[in-house]
Amino acid sequence: MESSQRRTRYVLKRLFQAIPIVFAIVVLNFFLLQLAEGDAVDVLAGEAGAATPEYMAELREKFGLDKPLVVQLGVYLKNVVMLDLGYSFRHDMPVSELIFDRFFPTLLLMTSTILLAVGFGIVLGLVAASGLNTWRDTVISIFALITYATPLFWVGLMLIVVFSLNLGWFPTSGMENFAMFYEGWDRVLDIAHHLVLPTITLSLFYLALYTRLMRASMLEQAGQDYVTTARAKGVTERRIVFVHVLRNALLPVVTMAGVQVGALIGGSVIVESVFAWPGLGMLAFEALFARDLNLLLGIFLLSAILVVAVNLIVDIIYSTLDPRIEMA
Amino acid sequence: MTRLLDIKDLHVGLPAGGQRKYAVEAANLHLNDNEILCVVGESGSGKSLTARAIMGLLPKPHVHIAKGSVTFQGEDLAAASEARLRDIRGSEISMIFQEPMTALNPVMTIGNQIDEVFRFHEKMPAQERRSRALKLLQDVQLPDPEQALGAYPHQLSGGQRQRAMIAMALALDPKILIADEPTTALDVTTQAQVLRLIKQMQESHGTGVVFITHDFGVVADIADRVAVMQNGLVVETGTTDEVLRRPTHPYTQALMAAVPSLIPRPPRPRAEERVLRVNALTKTYRSGGGLLGGKARVVHAAKQVTLDLTRGETLGIVGESGSGKSTVARCIVRLTDAEAGEILLGDTDLRPLGRAAMRPHRAKIQMVFQDPFASLNPRAKVGRIIAQGPEMYGASSAEARDKALELLKIVGLDDRAYDRFPHEFSGGQRQRIGIARALALEPQILVADEPVSALDVSIQAQILTLLDEIRDRMNLSMIFITHDLRVAAQVCDRIAVMQRGEVVEIGPTAELFANPQHSYTTELLAAVPGKGWFASETKPLTEAS
Repeated sequence: MESSQRRTRYVLKRLFQAIPIVFAIVVLNFFLLQLAEGDAVDVLAGEAGAATPEYMAELREKFGLDKPLVVQLGVYLKNVVMLDLGYSFRHDMPVSELIFDRFFPTLLLMTSTILLAVGFGIVLGLVAASGLNTWRDTVISIFALITYATPLFWVGLMLIVVFSLNLGWFPTSGMENFAMFYEGWDRVLDIAHHLVLPTITLSLFYLALYTRLMRASMLEQAGQDYVTTARAKGVTERRIVFVHVLRNALLPVVTMAGVQVGALIGGSVIVESVFAWPGLGMLAFEALFARDLNLLLGIFLLSAILVVAVNLIVDIIYSTLDPRIEMA
Repeated sequence: MTRLLDIKDLHVGLPAGGQRKYAVEAANLHLNDNEILCVVGESGSGKSLTARAIMGLLPKPHVHIAKGSVTFQGEDLAAASEARLRDIRGSEISMIFQEPMTALNPVMTIGNQIDEVFRFHEKMPAQERRSRALKLLQDVQLPDPEQALGAYPHQLSGGQRQRAMIAMALALDPKILIADEPTTALDVTTQAQVLRLIKQMQESHGTGVVFITHDFGVVADIADRVAVMQNGLVVETGTTDEVLRRPTHPYTQALMAAVPSLIPRPPRPRAEERVLRVNALTKTYRSGGGLLGGKARVVHAAKQVTLDLTRGETLGIVGESGSGKSTVARCIVRLTDAEAGEILLGDTDLRPLGRAAMRPHRAKIQMVFQDPFASLNPRAKVGRIIAQGPEMYGASSAEARDKALELLKIVGLDDRAYDRFPHEFSGGQRQRIGIARALALEPQILVADEPVSALDVSIQAQILTLLDEIRDRMNLSMIFITHDLRVAAQVCDRIAVMQRGEVVEIGPTAELFANPQHSYTTELLAAVPGKGWFASETKPLTEAS
């Protein structure tokens, strides 16, 4: 009881600490984006073919882009506090609506990727370590080495060529088949079907990483004194591996996975482009070229919040796995 | 008396290409019930591997039993199947280890770890397992057994962890307990308590104990019979009385001679000139707390510490782990910044000096560290390690080289050491290099932080002699940090006893030993293992204890 109370207090404290962090990220991003040449008006004018300077100035005034930077920042921050992320002139929609639409697909892709990479990474690492220097170990290590060294986009394209075009097992792109108007479980199945290839593509690299990490971690833990103690108690090898060693060996993998969730959002840009997955990565990519700064800032803000949230979750998982870590 | 264990012609094979073919060679040992057999030896003697061979816990497949038999109640364990061994381990023969922190699984509660022993050997309901575990923890005198059941290893102190280990080992009332250096990682007073506990448990259960140790003091306190091992061979066995009082093998004799005596050596006249005065030195460590509240932990590592050191004198700082003795040393050398107080070297107060202002004084106080493996840069040649200091202080590289070669000779190493790397040397030789490095700057004061505690007894004696010679030859003053009162008695002119950051007593060694003023000093002296055994020592201690 005491521990659950302490945990709640810890979570609240961490959430409270996250506020200044997110605020700083917003400010930093704002100035970072100002460093890029050109603004939305340049792009609009460019696409229209021609525009008079007067018309461009008028547009800037309308978008509030003529005001000094600090004022723009102030206005933006005020809006963010009121949960208003601004308006995307490019898409002619409020940024929050736009992001919210795209958030679910990205979250889905990320979650399935992490589960696949961490889950299979742990299993493969465990299998490799427990059959050290046998054919299983060799096969897994070679697999890890190859996937580790292969670029993401290439894997994505090859998977499409083999499994979608040649074998026809999986759809080539998109998140669901709109033309069929699936509902209920049919729709879930359809989305899952579309999810397979992008998830595999995105997770392969991380899978290789966690496999290697888990293998090394298992081997390290297997040499520890407490393993000898367990053996001296007459505990079976099975239990030594699955109860004593496994839990200790998981710790570095969890740490690493936590750190990499942020990187995953970056990696998803490529995969989302290759598979035309309607997620945040794609949106960010388009927004960048359209100089749609409001939209970009919104995406960055959401990503920042996501990373902060995931870090908190990882810390909580970590403290349940390792009682030595105190939540204070 | 029944014979529990009979080890005949035991050979433990090492991987091919090693220094030796066998880690243990032709060992013949036996153990009766209700008896403690101590296996004594220095590092590399094969004592630990002998213990592990009994339980079939050798690091297979590289290290294995090559020949011989281990007969336990008529059954040869060397030929037993893995499944049979698993049955025996934990129920008939169990084991405790040196470092209870690493020997216990850090992410499992003590209760669960004890529970495993029951679960894997006997069928009984969870309720009964729990109550028996609780009873065990009471038997080993843990302060709060109920709480200890649910505690993780890191939540207990070192001594409590070892008690929990003992409880776990004795869970199913085994016939044999193998204890591999079980008190080496503990403080002296805790060591004395744990030894007493092992003896009590052994007597009440009639267990046969194989006790591995390197410490003759511990042997004297606990053993019924002793086996001495050297380089894989059992060189001498006999009752404790025979081996300790009338050793026959030259190696045993040499080891016994190397055990420092508890009788302080005759006092030397104290010089007038004070080279170092430490006044009211204070250092506090804080952790936790911060902007958003939370309770801060405050540790007073040094509280108003006052010391002085005359020329040519050795001042010992003695205490248990956490007493602040190393902190004081590090503050004096200015590796750690103290918050308050004075460190007067001559007439200069070193404490407030900044980096640049400290520089000219650095050379005057040098330090020798505890761990000769970690304190030398593994990628630098020995010559570099020694010559670097003088070069930094403006010596030409030829001068620095000459200096380094001369120092190597002083510390008893060959010229050829100059171009070698630290890993090519043994622990004792590395500590010599560490000393040469400290001396290269011609310090007035040498601060030695546990310089011999990582070394075997025979090597320890050599290093202590070396430190003595150097002190006299260079007219050095020395601050000698140690937890070992035997060593302190042989090296120090005066001793300061520290407890929880405070100097509780300071005085000339002989007086302090003969007539301790503070209760903690008395406690420390009483806890020294093997006191009273080494006949010549008994006299000055009878009044004290």
